[in-house]
Amino acid sequence: MRFWHFTEMPYPYLPEPESYDSVRVTLPNQIYDPLIGSDLYNRYLDELMLADGLGFDIMTNEHHQTPTCMDAACPLVLAILARQTKRARLLALGNPIANRRDPLRLAEEMAMIDNISRGRLECGFVRGVPTEIAPANSNPVRMPERMWEAHDLILKAWTTHDGPFSWEGRYFHYRNVNVWPRTYQQPHPPIWISASTTGSVGEVAERGYVLAIFLSGFKDARGFFDVYRQRYAQRPAVAASKASGNGRAAEPKVAAPDRFAYLALTCVGETDEIGLQGVRKIMWYMQTNKVAPQFRNPPGYSTLATNVRAMRGGGLPTLRPVGQMTAEQLIDRGVIFAGNPDSVYQQIKRFSDETGGLGNLIIMGQGGFLSHEETVSNLTLFAKEVAPRLKELPGTV
Amino acid sequence: MIAPEGKSHVDISGVDLELFQRGAGEPLLFLHGGSGPERGSQFLDALAQQYRVVAPSHPGFGRSSLPESFDKVDDLAYFYLDLIDALDLDRVVLVGHSFGGWIAAEMAVRCCHRLSKLVLIGPIGIKVGGRETRDIADVFAVSAAELNRLRFHDPTSMREPDLTTLSDDELALIARNSESLALFMWEPYAHNPKLRQLLHRITVPTLLVWGESDGIVSPAYGAAYRDAIPGARLEVIAAAGHLPHVEQPDVCLEKVRGFLVEQQEDHQ
Repeated sequence: MRFWHFTEMPYPYLPEPESYDSVRVTLPNQIYDPLIGSDLYNRYLDELMLADGLGFDIMTNEHHQTPTCMDAACPLVLAILARQTKRARLLALGNPIANRRDPLRLAEEMAMIDNISRGRLECGFVRGVPTEIAPANSNPVRMPERMWEAHDLILKAWTTHDGPFSWEGRYFHYRNVNVWPRTYQQPHPPIWISASTTGSVGEVAERGYVLAIFLSGFKDARGFFDVYRQRYAQRPAVAASKASGNGRAAEPKVAAPDRFAYLALTCVGETDEIGLQGVRKIMWYMQTNKVAPQFRNPPGYSTLATNVRAMRGGGLPTLRPVGQMTAEQLIDRGVIFAGNPDSVYQQIKRFSDETGGLGNLIIMGQGGFLSHEETVSNLTLFAKEVAPRLKELPGTV
Repeated sequence: MIAPEGKSHVDISGVDLELFQRGAGEPLLFLHGGSGPERGSQFLDALAQQYRVVAPSHPGFGRSSLPESFDKVDDLAYFYLDLIDALDLDRVVLVGHSFGGWIAAEMAVRCCHRLSKLVLIGPIGIKVGGRETRDIADVFAVSAAELNRLRFHDPTSMREPDLTTLSDDELALIARNSESLALFMWEPYAHNPKLRQLLHRITVPTLLVWGESDGIVSPAYGAAYRDAIPGARLEVIAAAGHLPHVEQPDVCLEKVRGFLVEQQEDHQ
């Protein structure tokens, strides 16, 4: 099992939720103090550097118009890490390609990062959560179609080496596509895609990409992984080799654990109590979720069936439905991992066993008000006391 | 093709179109607003006493299909010009409300020869202000309560449907209307930057009807619309918001009928 460290780079110093309508999209940035924020950026980068030294791989993401994630440009943070880190794989999870107007620019950014890091990039593509729609002014209808067209264009741009080609698609138009530099990894960096509904898993499986699931708990994750395994096994032989995406010559018909990734809030302490105290601070991320309904569910983002359920009082699709639960309840569901090193190991092992084998564990090892010292302790304990034992689990490399 | 009276489906230009028809006489094509098909309203019922009212559900709205290729108001404008030909509607009175008014204006700038008159009720679709002025309220960025306040002069008098009484199918239609509206008007938001400069091409008598308290598009926007259409008239209706034909149906009917009769007399 590979293990990845992730922080959303939060700016946690917010007024009381009663004083604002929505923490995302509309919260005025007068609340942001550049003196505090610049220190936070540098602190979070220090912690990512530490993670590299401790043996973690590193995941980054981006969100817009929100204090919950100061990383508004995932390629910028990756560019710093590409140069400054020594060994970690560098994962963008992801690039919101249904919301980025210029996919070719993204192909260039990723190719540069892959070269500067000498082939350490793992490139994730995401559709983006509903609250990204308004900041991007992006049409919420037919987003998956737009995302896949951007994906197809980027892949073709990365793998075409004999000069310009033309692209006149529904959403993107370029008459002279000829990306420099080509990627360091051949044919291109490994690709990851996240999913929040099982309906979108099939296309990920058919291409053999890494499927990433966030904070679902093991029961739902098992469902996602099973859909993936089923669709993966059904891939036609020719398509399988063509869709490899990761440079492997022959794709097995059984999806290996390295095709699966799961993100959980994680805090390791010397004792269970210290780990729990730490994870409760990271849980700020789940609890800081006051979002106006109109930004949480733009028309066309969710299926009609989901909307009917919401109108029936089943609640709108929320960013973090787990926001009201206790740390203990979340541990029980496999949404967070916390406690002393042995407890955390056992929780991760249980998750892997319950989901049929997990090859990539992404820990949100920093979040909310978890301090620098606490983050250093968390990452160090994880790397020294938990990670060595993960080798006993499937999918270890 | 003559579609029968009442509710029916007709297949036109690749769209399985849900169509309501009532009344007899001169044809009147009514294009509904963004919140969805309008049925059995006092306004349409009254018009059906004098006209053959043809009220389709836009492609993607109600139970009309949505062709995969449709994503612009142009698609709807051309589609409805096809519908006029297919139903052989001659000298048709074209009435559009809000989003339907935008479609009607797009039709009229393309081709007026089968139209007799144009009535636009609180239409959106043109750009009037500068780049930092949003002429049309962002209906996708306000709460449901705020949206109601913007739409009605007296929001308390307008009862929202009780969702608990609706079937899953009916709820899905509400969600679908909203999704299709977003598809067609997301960007540029609720307008075609070129439409205003084309409005001079409208050659039929045109009436604009506006609610004085319209919080979605102001009467000043209505005046800009009027000024761009040769000979157009603007009637502003007191104590009405974005749906003057719903909030003040009697006054609205009086204005619309007055205009239609007057134009009839002029024509004769």
